Amino acid sequence: MSKIAGIGVLIAGFLLAARLCFGGPADPSQIPSIFRPQSTPADSIFRLSMVVLTITGAIFAVVFCLLVYAISKYRRRGDDDGREPPQVYGSNQVEIAWIVIPVLIVLVLFLVTARVIHSIQDAPQPPGAIEVVAIGHQFWWEFRYPALGVVTANELHVPVSNPSHPTPTFMTLSSADTDHSFWVPRLAGKTDLIPNRINHMWIEPHETGVYLGQCAQYCGTQHAKMLLRVYVDSPEQFDRWVQEEKKPAVLNGSAEQGRQVFETTACVNCHAISGTVADGRFGPDLTHLMSRDTIASGAAPNTPEQLKLWIRNPDAIKPGSLMPAMQLSEKDLDALTTYLETLR
Amino acid sequence: MASETIAITGTAEIGRPISERLHDWIVTVDHKKLGILYIVYSLIFLVIGGVEATIIRVQLIVPHNQFVSPQVFNRMMTMHGTTMIFFVAMPILFGFGTYLIPLMIGARDMAFPRLNAFSFWMTAFGGLLLYFSFVGGNGLYGAGNAPDVGWWAYAPLTSRAFSVGHSTDFWTLALLVSGVGSIGTAVNFITTILCMRCPGMTLGKMPLLAWLNLVMGGMVILAVSPLTAAQAMLCIDRYLGGHFFDTQAGGSAVLWMHFFWIFGHPEVYVLIIPAFAFLSEIVPVFSRKPIFGYPVMVAATVCIGFVSLSVWAHHMFTVGMNSYANSFFTITTMAVGVPTGIKIFNWLGTMWGGKIHFRTPMLFCIGFLFQFLIAGLTGIMLGASPFNWQLSGSYFVVAHFHYVIVGGILFALFGAFYYWFPKMSGRMYDEVLGKCHFWLFLIGFHMTFDFMHIPGILGMPRRIYTYEPGRGWEIWNLIVTIGVVFQAAGVLVFVVNLLWSLFKGEPAGNDPWDAWTLEWSTTSPPPDYNFATIPVVHSRRPLWDLKHPEDPDWKYE
Amino acid sequence: MSAAVVAPTRTEPEWILPSRGRVGMISLIVAECAIFTIFVVAYIFYIGKSLSGPMPKDVLEIPIFNTICLLSSSLTIHLAVRALRSARVNAFGLWWFVTMVLGTIFLVGTGREWQHLIFEKGLTVSTNLFGTTYYSLVGLHAFHVTVGLIGIVLAMIFTLLGKVEPVHGERVEVFSMYWHFVDAVWVVVFTVVYIIGR
Repeated sequence: MSKIAGIGVLIAGFLLAARLCFGGPADPSQIPSIFRPQSTPADSIFRLSMVVLTITGAIFAVVFCLLVYAISKYRRRGDDDGREPPQVYGSNQVEIAWIVIPVLIVLVLFLVTARVIHSIQDAPQPPGAIEVVAIGHQFWWEFRYPALGVVTANELHVPVSNPSHPTPTFMTLSSADTDHSFWVPRLAGKTDLIPNRINHMWIEPHETGVYLGQCAQYCGTQHAKMLLRVYVDSPEQFDRWVQEEKKPAVLNGSAEQGRQVFETTACVNCHAISGTVADGRFGPDLTHLMSRDTIASGAAPNTPEQLKLWIRNPDAIKPGSLMPAMQLSEKDLDALTTYLETLR
Repeated sequence: MASETIAITGTAEIGRPISERLHDWIVTVDHKKLGILYIVYSLIFLVIGGVEATIIRVQLIVPHNQFVSPQVFNRMMTMHGTTMIFFVAMPILFGFGTYLIPLMIGARDMAFPRLNAFSFWMTAFGGLLLYFSFVGGNGLYGAGNAPDVGWWAYAPLTSRAFSVGHSTDFWTLALLVSGVGSIGTAVNFITTILCMRCPGMTLGKMPLLAWLNLVMGGMVILAVSPLTAAQAMLCIDRYLGGHFFDTQAGGSAVLWMHFFWIFGHPEVYVLIIPAFAFLSEIVPVFSRKPIFGYPVMVAATVCIGFVSLSVWAHHMFTVGMNSYANSFFTITTMAVGVPTGIKIFNWLGTMWGGKIHFRTPMLFCIGFLFQFLIAGLTGIMLGASPFNWQLSGSYFVVAHFHYVIVGGILFALFGAFYYWFPKMSGRMYDEVLGKCHFWLFLIGFHMTFDFMHIPGILGMPRRIYTYEPGRGWEIWNLIVTIGVVFQAAGVLVFVVNLLWSLFKGEPAGNDPWDAWTLEWSTTSPPPDYNFATIPVVHSRRPLWDLKHPEDPDWKYE
Repeated sequence: MSAAVVAPTRTEPEWILPSRGRVGMISLIVAECAIFTIFVVAYIFYIGKSLSGPMPKDVLEIPIFNTICLLSSSLTIHLAVRALRSARVNAFGLWWFVTMVLGTIFLVGTGREWQHLIFEKGLTVSTNLFGTTYYSLVGLHAFHVTVGLIGIVLAMIFTLLGKVEPVHGERVEVFSMYWHFVDAVWVVVFTVVYIIGR
């Protein structure tokens, strides 16, 4: 009996969980649930997952009931006479039944699944598609839009896709160092970024908003903070963003001192700022740093204090990241931060 | 029964100095002592691995926790996985097999007793080598550290460029060494089962435990060898300047994945098949019926053995294989679920119409049945490639495989412990403590691993030392961590029960369970020579035939 | 009283099981095959993928003589085993000696080939993918030949000391299975490296 009560508690827990999976009290848009898709590939996967869950759920219900029935009906009673029950060695008919039925179930499941595999992986790229090259680094994301002449990092902007004139984003994935994986659950299943290998994936978002994700393949110490933010913009917003990103860095005379600090310290070894001498590729492109909501691949909000802290002591924000502590004097640090704050 | 007439009463044992008895254990080639050595070794590492898991869960109880640094966390998650698979699960299952197989097939020892001892000590040394990394990982000048590359050690994270120092080498070499031990044990199992059965025990009449360990042995020699090869290649890369997995030189990171998973997937079947063996011995005895469908159980196991060699890339669905490859591995993965499911049905059929005794071994087996059912079904979900693109690399997978390994294998192991403890020690364990262990552990297991599926569905990847607040993951991580307390309590009760019963338990007698296989015909514990005269058998349940001469098994099958 | 009921009317058939040595050696050979398969797969996968450096056709010469010696040693070891089984211990000693010589020639030949490749052609294990896979695969095989040769030498010593007798025939035959395996692997390695890979 206590077992039944315990099972009841678990079922209640699962129902609560289901409620939360489908959007609970936390700000729903921030929950990257695979069961709240907002993009075509994620939709296909969701529909498939419902079929799979229904079938496996039914199997579970049947076998669960049989097991519960068996252990209750065939338990040894208190008044047992001690004789052995009839010794049954097997039954060919029963065996055949419970071989054939699972085989049929597997066949159905496979056919349904194979269709979805092909529809996602072999989808043709429509002419209006945006092309993005994503390169994984320890522990940040490089995004390039070759056709649009844009280079940015960590925060991906894509246009929302209208079914009458689709503008999905087709991504080419690779890595500069170890294996990574691009996972934004509400937009698509994950695909790995592997050095010396080109992978492909696509997303086709239906609604504007910010979608959260992060690296899903262990890549080293700061794998946990290689976060992703995908900004699905309206077509106008996206065009505006592209126009701004294409421009070289803002040249603001009041930040000249900071620019000097940047260009004469090791910053230029790793970072690029277009329109200046800085052309490093090891770290993120900083040309439009201030257009991003976060720094350090989502590990900290993009505020002057956090930026200063990041430059002074990256380990305080992301211990083990490959950004070195720059050992600058406070005066230089202030100037540098002021300069970086001008890079809209 | 003649096999018990000359029992060693133990009086000769008392008075022997402890150093001599210890020496006996170290130089022994007796399969029973080696089996116990394997089991005790594994239990120690179970506790250590459990501590590592606890550290992981405490760190993850709230977001942005600072219980341990990311570096320490990554070592904990690597060591937890490596320890549990290679130095807990494999040795303990080898240990039970080593102990039981000769007894159950009517032999005096394994085919190669010295190889048996060698294999155990290789495995043991491998574990010690791995843990020495905490001290020696960075060489003499740095503070030591343990490997932190995950238990799969994906390339190129393991190259010299990204894994500085020797911590990765400890992983590689420890597993190479223990891998040699595993292959030795497997060769021994196969040879013993094929060549040392007592007269009358044809392959169709041997206990299912023997059959399943035979299949397991075959899988070990086919699966562990690729890991050995891959690790040799990794050593060549790291020390001889080789380029097997050097992506800068045109090498392939995916090649490591293929090699690793060609080992890694059959490995999990290597672990589950002996657990199936325990079920197949315990469920019949406590249902008072023979196993339902013995030939089908054998066929299903052999089938699993073969098909499981073809599913490995379902661990690589996200790697960018083409749609045909993904479809192939989807169907093989789903196909292997069929013979596995058949086994569940056959155990159900064994209980059906029986008289079930809810003693502790049976409780754990019943837990296994429910939990393995769920684990198998989440496995089918993961086998559907597109669904896998969302679920892999997340806490859903972590929940799935812990459901199999803890909810399945560990439960079956606990059942096996309680079932054969009387035979191995000569004493009965305490039944109340046993049931206490079961319920505590059951509650803890479900608290942790049921709810662990949810963060995975909500987008939480695995192997992260912390996570962002506001994504809906907090409550689930909290519940998951609290479940650890109950599991730890259950294991504590288990250890107390074992130790107390070892010294103070009731004498068990030869056959406390009224069972039917040959090991129950010897004394508890069995004498060194197992059987005074080698038995001759005529059916799958020789002791049933003896106890029921009017209705022996050989009349029916 | 034996530990089972023996129905009086039933005659017990003779109980014969396979020999432990054979089954154990076959299991070991299967494990080794799995290891070699992985190295062969890596070799085949990387054919043509080296980014630089000497290519197989530039530096590899087909080791015909070596191969003939190694494969003949399979024949001679077989003859040796047959001789011992029919109690012709001296013939056994002779054929065993020839096997040892042939195996040694193979190893020396491999060593000379490597010396040529390293010092004259500049191919090492770290040069490129071809170098890595070539030395690993051929080296793994040579390692197995070495282990076998050590066994052969030991047996040779025992033979010269007069300690080997026909009753050891089974043991020697099981050992020869290992040697045949090593030779069979060479057929595969040879085909993959010197024929397909060039």
